[in-house]
Amino acid sequence: MEEASPILAADHVSLRFGGVKALTDVSFSVRRGEIFSIIGPNGAGKTSMVNCVSGRYRPTEGRILFEGQDITRVGPNRRAALGIGRTFQNLALFGHMSVLDNIMVGRHHLLKTGFLRGMLYWLGGAQTEELAHRREVEEIIDFLEIQHVRKAPAGTLPYGLRKRVELARAMAVKPKLILLDEPMAGMNLEEKEDMARYIVDLNEEWGMTVLMIEHDMGVVMDISHRVVVLDFGRRIAEGRPEEVMADPHVRRAYLGEADEVTQPAEEVV
Amino acid sequence: MANVSLLPAGDYRTTYRADTTIFPTRNSRIALWLGLALVAASPLFFGRYELSLLINIGIMGIAALGLNILVGFTGQISIGHAAFFGVGAFASAWLHESFHIPVWACIPLAGVITAVVGLVFGAPAARLKGLYLAIATLAAQFILEDFFARARWFTGGVAGRLTEPLTLFGFAFDREETYIYVVLFFVVVMFLGAANLMRTRDGRALVAVRDHYLSAEIMGINLAYYRTLSFGIASLYAGIGGALYAHYLMFVSVEAFNILFSIQFLGMVIIGGLGSIMGSLMGAAFMVLLPEVVQSAAEALSGSAIDRLLRIGGSISYLREMAIGAAIIAFLIFEPDGLAHRWRLVKAYWKLYPYSH
Repeated sequence: MEEASPILAADHVSLRFGGVKALTDVSFSVRRGEIFSIIGPNGAGKTSMVNCVSGRYRPTEGRILFEGQDITRVGPNRRAALGIGRTFQNLALFGHMSVLDNIMVGRHHLLKTGFLRGMLYWLGGAQTEELAHRREVEEIIDFLEIQHVRKAPAGTLPYGLRKRVELARAMAVKPKLILLDEPMAGMNLEEKEDMARYIVDLNEEWGMTVLMIEHDMGVVMDISHRVVVLDFGRRIAEGRPEEVMADPHVRRAYLGEADEVTQPAEEVV
Repeated sequence: MANVSLLPAGDYRTTYRADTTIFPTRNSRIALWLGLALVAASPLFFGRYELSLLINIGIMGIAALGLNILVGFTGQISIGHAAFFGVGAFASAWLHESFHIPVWACIPLAGVITAVVGLVFGAPAARLKGLYLAIATLAAQFILEDFFARARWFTGGVAGRLTEPLTLFGFAFDREETYIYVVLFFVVVMFLGAANLMRTRDGRALVAVRDHYLSAEIMGINLAYYRTLSFGIASLYAGIGGALYAHYLMFVSVEAFNILFSIQFLGMVIIGGLGSIMGSLMGAAFMVLLPEVVQSAAEALSGSAIDRLLRIGGSISYLREMAIGAAIIAFLIFEPDGLAHRWRLVKAYWKLYPYSH
């Protein structure tokens, strides 16, 4: 683990919106095969950082390196083909499509048939391709245990299931690096435990490197290999979870001065 | 109720192939073949007038399906669809007359030409959304209308252009009784094409762009490409519809493809159901048959006490326009998902009857 080459590196990334500094000189690197968490108080720039990696925002300064390649200027739609998938903090499913179709959209860059061969379906090989990918998608559906809602319109599902469908869609991209923006937000304890298990499994069994934003410190401490802490758009600590938690800057900035008061408050969420 | 599955209880399909059929139930397949057989046999029991209505429904249905792919499936807007319909009509007539290409080849070629024109006018769609795009397509409508009036080489100018009937192996499809088969063939091909498109990669990409373009982009979908492509496909359908229209009427006039006609296409799509393939055909049928119903209602009324009171005798044509407007408003209020949705509800009701709760 220690010697593994970084799959993703943020190199002195700054992001400004006019006068607002969302990120200032943030650097960190994610090693291949690890679960890496970005934590920090609200407004610390965690989602901005993930948006820089997924291509929603372009950093004002600095570079994003993916597998050693500079992707700072690569359009967001081309990053899926490079091997970056993501989920969103506020659900971003295709509400009127079925769960199955939502996940199949994740296969977009892996499918080859254009609209003409698609319209011919039986003649141009579109059917064969669809069925082959359907098989692989079903494996993801099995893994996340969403077989029963396969055909339901995604917009009609309850919140916890939608989160899972979104994870399934991101997995369908076959990413080397998967970005999870608050995968456990708004979930109850049981759903959180399930989600944590899925994340560990997709890391260990599916071989995806995970970059995750999460507020639930219990989960972060339990499953992350390494953590970076942001505060007001600056990196204040990076390292193994227990190291980071012991860091005095982190205790002050993130957990507050009187940590025995804020610690239980975290659990209430 | 709205989400009642129309499948029989239990899912007994064991292959992914069986799970991806367009018509999922046996009853729907029977209904399909029955419908096709009825239309194919219609010259036996329908007069020319009824057949002309059927032909119109088919032609309008193809063009409306194109607009539905653009508006209903991709979430774009176009108020210039009739202009593209016109491009197809003139292109087919022009191809036949200038290059002596047989008409059966002119119709698909006219579709391709219209698709190219649509891609050009659809280019702003890569960047514009909503009202701004609506105005850009409005510009396309007026530019093309003006082009029709001026480009004598293409349209015959204000005099219009005569067209030839479709002939195949020396057999001329020049009457309603025969032309209905041409239209039926194209309806089947174009509707199957759309249904296939929507269950494959690019169709899903179009719907993804409509539902959540930000996450679509993250999933690897090139937004500009698909927004423009959707205009191309919509124009392809409009062009083929227009070409069929030209070789049916045997005369294409410049004034036919005005903005009112464009709005009618939008009406068909809204009434039929945005984002529904069969809905496009239902909407077209509604729009073609509504004036007939209003007409006969007005004729039944003429001379009656109401007629004497309101003096509608001379204003039947206004009544028709009003009925179309009223129908669109009524659908927007009471059935925004269109006839296709209403039809699903009816089917679901009968599936559960009499235990609907």
